[in-house]
Amino acid sequence: MSTMTLNRRSFLRFSALTGGGLLISAYLDPIDLLAQGGGQAAAPRPDLFIKIAADGIVTITAKNPEIGQGVKTMLPMLIAEELDVDWKDVRVTQADFDPTKYQGQQAGGSTATPGNFMSMRNVGAAARATLVAAAAEQLGAPAGELTTASGTVWHRASNRSVGYGALAAKAATMPAPDMASIKLKDPADFKIIGKPITGVDNDALVTGKPLFGMDVKVPNMLYAVYERCPVFGGKAKSANLDAIKKLPGIKHAFILDEQFAPANPGRGGGGAPAAAPAAPPAAPLSDNRTRDVYSGVAIVADSWWYAESARKQLKVEWDLGLNATQSSASYDAKAKELSTQAPQRQVGSVGDVDAAFTAAATNGKVVEAAYYYPFLNHVPMEPPNATAHLANGKLELWAGTQTPQGALGIAARVAGVTNADVTFHMPRMGGSFGRRLYNDYIGDAVAIAKTVGQPVQLRMSREDDLRNDTFRCAAYHYFKGAVDNAGNITAWRDHFVTFDNGGNLNAAEFPARFVPNTQIVASSIPKAIPTGAHRAPNSNALAFVMHGFIDELAHAAGKDQVAFRLALLAKTPVQPPVDPAAAGRQGGPGGGGGGAVPGVGVPDRMRGVLELVAEKSGWGKRTLPRGTGMGVGFYFSHAGYFAEVAEVSVDANKRIKVNKVWIAGDIGRQIVNPINAEAQCASCVIDGLNQLMNEITIESGRVVQSNFGDYPLVRMRNAPPVVEVHWKLSDNNPTGLGEPAMPPIIPAVVNAIFAASGVRVRTLPLQKSGFSWA
Amino acid sequence: MAYTLNVNGKSTTVDVPADMPLLWVLRDVMNLPGTKYGCGANQCGACTVHMRGRAVRSCQVLVSAVGNAAITTIEGLSPNGTHPLQRAWKELDVPECGYCQSGQIMAAAALLAASPKPTDADIDTAMNTNLCRCGTYSRIRAGIHRAIGNVANTRGEE
Repeated sequence: MSTMTLNRRSFLRFSALTGGGLLISAYLDPIDLLAQGGGQAAAPRPDLFIKIAADGIVTITAKNPEIGQGVKTMLPMLIAEELDVDWKDVRVTQADFDPTKYQGQQAGGSTATPGNFMSMRNVGAAARATLVAAAAEQLGAPAGELTTASGTVWHRASNRSVGYGALAAKAATMPAPDMASIKLKDPADFKIIGKPITGVDNDALVTGKPLFGMDVKVPNMLYAVYERCPVFGGKAKSANLDAIKKLPGIKHAFILDEQFAPANPGRGGGGAPAAAPAAPPAAPLSDNRTRDVYSGVAIVADSWWYAESARKQLKVEWDLGLNATQSSASYDAKAKELSTQAPQRQVGSVGDVDAAFTAAATNGKVVEAAYYYPFLNHVPMEPPNATAHLANGKLELWAGTQTPQGALGIAARVAGVTNADVTFHMPRMGGSFGRRLYNDYIGDAVAIAKTVGQPVQLRMSREDDLRNDTFRCAAYHYFKGAVDNAGNITAWRDHFVTFDNGGNLNAAEFPARFVPNTQIVASSIPKAIPTGAHRAPNSNALAFVMHGFIDELAHAAGKDQVAFRLALLAKTPVQPPVDPAAAGRQGGPGGGGGGAVPGVGVPDRMRGVLELVAEKSGWGKRTLPRGTGMGVGFYFSHAGYFAEVAEVSVDANKRIKVNKVWIAGDIGRQIVNPINAEAQCASCVIDGLNQLMNEITIESGRVVQSNFGDYPLVRMRNAPPVVEVHWKLSDNNPTGLGEPAMPPIIPAVVNAIFAASGVRVRTLPLQKSGFSWA
Repeated sequence: MAYTLNVNGKSTTVDVPADMPLLWVLRDVMNLPGTKYGCGANQCGACTVHMRGRAVRSCQVLVSAVGNAAITTIEGLSPNGTHPLQRAWKELDVPECGYCQSGQIMAAAALLAASPKPTDADIDTAMNTNLCRCGTYSRIRAGIHRAIGNVANTRGEE
């Protein structure tokens, strides 16, 4: 048994429920796993609620928003394990967003496991201790002689028992337990953690019960569409509103002005309504200010279809603003120009790359390559939507979001109420992938509801969301590398040409610390379209270019791809400048610690998964037919270590089939829910394949793509029939899984295409090199 | 216009325009939100329902074209969520976000009704137009195979 080390300030509060139930609100200073892993320290937080009914049924509140990552099942599993109840007796209810009760109600960064693995178990253990104390009084037996199992307290010596349900009323009167004496279960005794627990919403999902934001229905609710300017930052000047209002079912049609977010809204946006808008720059080249509400035209109707149909008749005169000349072609031209010029910024430099290149020219090999990855949309299956009702100074909001704290600030500012005046329900989300980290649709919905004075559900159409996302940023990498005759990388130069407010590249990004001479430099292209986090942000792009170019150097050196990478990992790292904050951001909280290097983490752990995936995939030992090849990649992100191998066939018409994928992952000593863990890995693979075949392009400041026809997602026929997942358990705290399995699949497939066809893909999407799915 | 629709074995009259797609009649007028909107353009399959037993995209079927055809939505697929596919989906934990899954199940149910023992190739063909952004494809395929077993074996859930 491990001893629980709760902070002394921790305490539990109990209160009786009507009907004899027990309500436990646990106010804990959690074991700060984040701090242990090098992340930020957490403040004391009121954490969650357990309700035990008289019949022994336990209702556990899942505090975090569910986007398909399985957190609504996982968090209650942790509590139920230590509470020592049977999973069949657990019901799960979704919390509203309420920062006065809960902390860390967010979805993102693969943080739910590292942030909650200990604290949720502590909640369950503390509740169990209280029930045992109540049983001791009731049975007249010392607490030390009592054991628990399946929601029952036993006194084995006298063969007596009492169920939790029967103890609930008494437990409500018990003092808080002595936290120092509370013990957590030995993992060997786990009955729920580590077992395949299927999703708690599955019954509702397979029968079509309303769960999603799109399914919310409120009395007197109207439906809205919102036409924003097709050019980011543009404004609606006028529209044929009178004509629109005459169309069937239309209740309102109006123009909304943009509202800017406060210059420094802070994490939650504060509670102050209507903060002053940020002043525009004196002579702006582009407009990329943050908005609470976008300028546009709202059409509000009895049915969403009426509103959407009316939009076809809508004629808007736009002030296109500053961004209407931007285009993907101009970005490409600018990147090319910048690549030939002195870089704008030094990111990090070690040794002497020029001397190394000169040496390699006569005694080794020098390779130059230009890589590109495009802008991407998140395309969650459920387009963003929000339902808002503002009445009598109170706002009620139903909105799926990964960042409810930020959404609360926006909603309160737009509504002109305080945060405390907002009731915020968090429906399940039909996917997110980072889309709903950004709450633009919530600000727009509240503004519309405020205008009409009636509950309104704003739904983005698929076309709206394709054009109005916060996109994954594109970037260009101009590489030059050298290998010596022994096959060591001797020099690595990367001119990272990104965009203003674009992606990040850390000076220590792998393989920088493992090469004696490195030069990492950067330049930026002005852009206006908003860009931000997309599942495994930065990592999803950097894995492709880093492991693509590593593959090229290995090939130039005539080395086996796995052996080349293992040799690289075995080198003693040199010490370029490391930005710990950036390293933490890259690695995510919860593991690896401050010394973790972006892209690789702790080399020994990465070596472990690379060796495992090589073994499981039969790397170098299988005879493949002509036109079939294997590729490898690895990446450390969000505290997770993943190495992946793809077997890919390429036919004479450059049609690709991913035959099989092997994944080896190290996310610590415990896989909390293996059936979901494997699903997340398979999901990461499909997401990577989506990234290989898609792009968002810009013409005249407008997004070109509009629906799945020109943003084609992977379909069943394209999906690899088998994704094999192997876990390397290590003696580290468990970390998250929504993201880290995703980055390596992209280089694994691209490198397999090279092995299969001899075509080196340096530009995504693959269509640009003539490839398509078989 | 008033239309009397036969949905999930029940006759219901709705007053909607002739060109309103069945999807929106089901979701917003008849309060059957299990049928999902994903694209409105016949590209994702999230809105799949049965019309005369065949899978159709309800975003492409105008209410005026339905007539007296029997419509089945996910809510009406089985009385208590006990269709072999629904049971298989739960047993194998097919859903991730779950948003596309009612469309997936309806497409798969139409496949099994027409072809009780589909091969993987049959499944790929029938299901290829149903998108899953989470990438649950291998479990969907496994779920269809499991459901075939569930038809023969009517015991309850594991």
